[in-house]
Amino acid sequence: MSSLAKLVVAGTTENALLQGFSRLESRRNGHDPVWLNAFRRAAFQRVAERGFPTARDEAWKYTHVGRILDVAFEPAEASASPRLSSAAIDQLAGDLGGARLVFVNGYFSPQCSSLNKLPQGVKVESLASALAEEGESLEALLSRPFGEQTHAFTALNAACAEDGAFVQIPANTVVEEPIHLVFLSDPGAAFPAGPVVSHPRSLVLAGPGSQVTIVETYAGIQDEVYLTNAVTEVVLEEGAAVEHYKVQNETATAFHIALLDVRQERDTQFTTHSVALGSLLARHEVTVRLHGPGAKTTLNGLYMPQNEQHLDNPTTIDHVAPECTSRELYKGVLDGRARGVFDGRIIVRPGAMKTDSSQSNKNLLLSESARVNSRPQLEILADDVKCAHGSTVGQLNEEAVFYLRTRGIPQLAARDLLTNAFVGEMLELIRVRPLRSHVEKLVALRLPAGGVGVAA
Amino acid sequence: MMLQIRNLRASVGGKEILRGLDLDVRAGEVHAIMGPNGSGKSTLAQVLAGRETYDVTGEVLYEGRNLLVMSPEQRAVEGVFLAFQYPVEIPGVGNLYFIRTALNMMRKQRGLEELDAMDFLALAKERMKLVEMDQSFMNRTVNGGFSGGETKRNEILQMAVLEPKLAILDETDSGLDIDALRIVASGVNALRSKERALVVITHYQRLLNYIVPDRVHVMANGRIVRSGDKHLALELEKNGYADFEQDTAGGAFSLVGAMS
Repeated sequence: MSSLAKLVVAGTTENALLQGFSRLESRRNGHDPVWLNAFRRAAFQRVAERGFPTARDEAWKYTHVGRILDVAFEPAEASASPRLSSAAIDQLAGDLGGARLVFVNGYFSPQCSSLNKLPQGVKVESLASALAEEGESLEALLSRPFGEQTHAFTALNAACAEDGAFVQIPANTVVEEPIHLVFLSDPGAAFPAGPVVSHPRSLVLAGPGSQVTIVETYAGIQDEVYLTNAVTEVVLEEGAAVEHYKVQNETATAFHIALLDVRQERDTQFTTHSVALGSLLARHEVTVRLHGPGAKTTLNGLYMPQNEQHLDNPTTIDHVAPECTSRELYKGVLDGRARGVFDGRIIVRPGAMKTDSSQSNKNLLLSESARVNSRPQLEILADDVKCAHGSTVGQLNEEAVFYLRTRGIPQLAARDLLTNAFVGEMLELIRVRPLRSHVEKLVALRLPAGGVGVAA
Repeated sequence: MMLQIRNLRASVGGKEILRGLDLDVRAGEVHAIMGPNGSGKSTLAQVLAGRETYDVTGEVLYEGRNLLVMSPEQRAVEGVFLAFQYPVEIPGVGNLYFIRTALNMMRKQRGLEELDAMDFLALAKERMKLVEMDQSFMNRTVNGGFSGGETKRNEILQMAVLEPKLAILDETDSGLDIDALRIVASGVNALRSKERALVVITHYQRLLNYIVPDRVHVMANGRIVRSGDKHLALELEKNGYADFEQDTAGGAFSLVGAMS
């Protein structure tokens, strides 16, 4: 028995997630480049040795993954999803008008996707195709050594990912229409049907001076248990501008663990907007490394957990190079017995002079049982920097509710109106019009009165 | 009778602020309620608008119906309006959008068609002239960064658009310079009608030079201690409130009614 296999047997509760690997390994045997097999094995070894995060890990203090590890997940395999028509996908993810790449249970679905309207030279395809065509050239990108911060879920994605989106924009190319990456989970379409885990791995490479908008949508089809364990990597070469959106609208029984890892070179501009609505438990981590001078990054986030939902939003902005700018605004609206976490780390490395950074986290609690943990953290190791951060937790202003009621606006509608006004600031930042109206609808549905005070 | 108040008592945290107040207001009348600070004027306004933080007993009939059992929004739909002494800022909500939402929610609850954006804008523009407001007000957030005078004009604008039957103006004159006072007062006067009653709460007689009341009431220690016509206001201006406060504190109510 190999040492790996022993480890697998030893960790009883972690069996389900780990056992998928041996099946994957034998399935991929002979199909993938040698480096990829070795990389997968190294990643898996790391998971097996280190184990999954516990409450003792500072970064997972409030987000406990025991509930995930208790489920007997089966690894998803590529399969058709008969429930998914084009109209159904529009409904779930919105129709943004541009190219749309659809993945079902983590695997590319050509029949659900449309890849028209792309400028010359722009590559939008599945990672599996990219690996098959030019696997060797992706080695350096995909097999980056793990940093100390890498946790078991990211490593598990590295070990198990077979597919995802691959987007490559050539130098000085501008893609006008947003590229929509849709990740749908349909445990009913999996074989055998049951709780599935998918590990989508996506790569966005923005060449020098290029411009592109990427929208990632994660959604489920029915209230079934599944786990999405996604990693998306964005690399911006000198002068590139990337606008990124992520809408996490998994079903209420799903688990979602994701990492958005961004690397910015000189004079690049990156913006991400995270909208976290779904999942029983979700953790969407964003890490941005400002590697070249003059880079600008903006992180916007909205999380709206309700009922028993738990939504965690860790972010790290790493100012490595001087004269970079970062702006961060995360807003939370928490209802029911929900829990939210904002963990915002800003690191200013030695030598990152003239860093200009601001971070703000604002939370609105709609119920007495909802809770939020807000932890802004600044680690400043350079001189001559400008850093501001702040965090607030509040409730609806009852004076304002009364004022609206005296104007004939019913109580629930008044509360919706005020909540929507709090959220509105984040929605207005969404520049892709059809995406904004799609998100507005999703948000209105989550307001206590279903947005009656909002539609006017 | 539009409004009939009998033995109204209101307390908050065990402290009684209204202590057996009586008042009758007919349609078409303008009543001024004057009194020193702490006499309960604003509490009366808040209780009539439906503020839930008070323990309230007694009887308030509005058009013959029990007002006290109605929610604030129901009162508004039935035609009761309060112009706030301190209008609340609503961050993130545009003023035009807010007033339109209010009007349409009321119309819906009254079984009327909602006004579309164009019709509403035409109505709002017309009413804005009453309080000499320009369009820039409408694009700002509700009371956000408004000066004292602007918030009060905005209250009167809402009244002009919502067209209540009974409007209570709570210290609408406080914090206004003489020009703003004139604008607000002329807006209010334009809204006087046979069908509408106004209850104007004020600390100073000044406002009543512009909005001439049919009846003037003096409030002290949670009651109306004296009522009269517009001349009572002038008398108060000359002699102040001291007499009334002493009277009620001493339990001597012989003045009540004797001079009205």
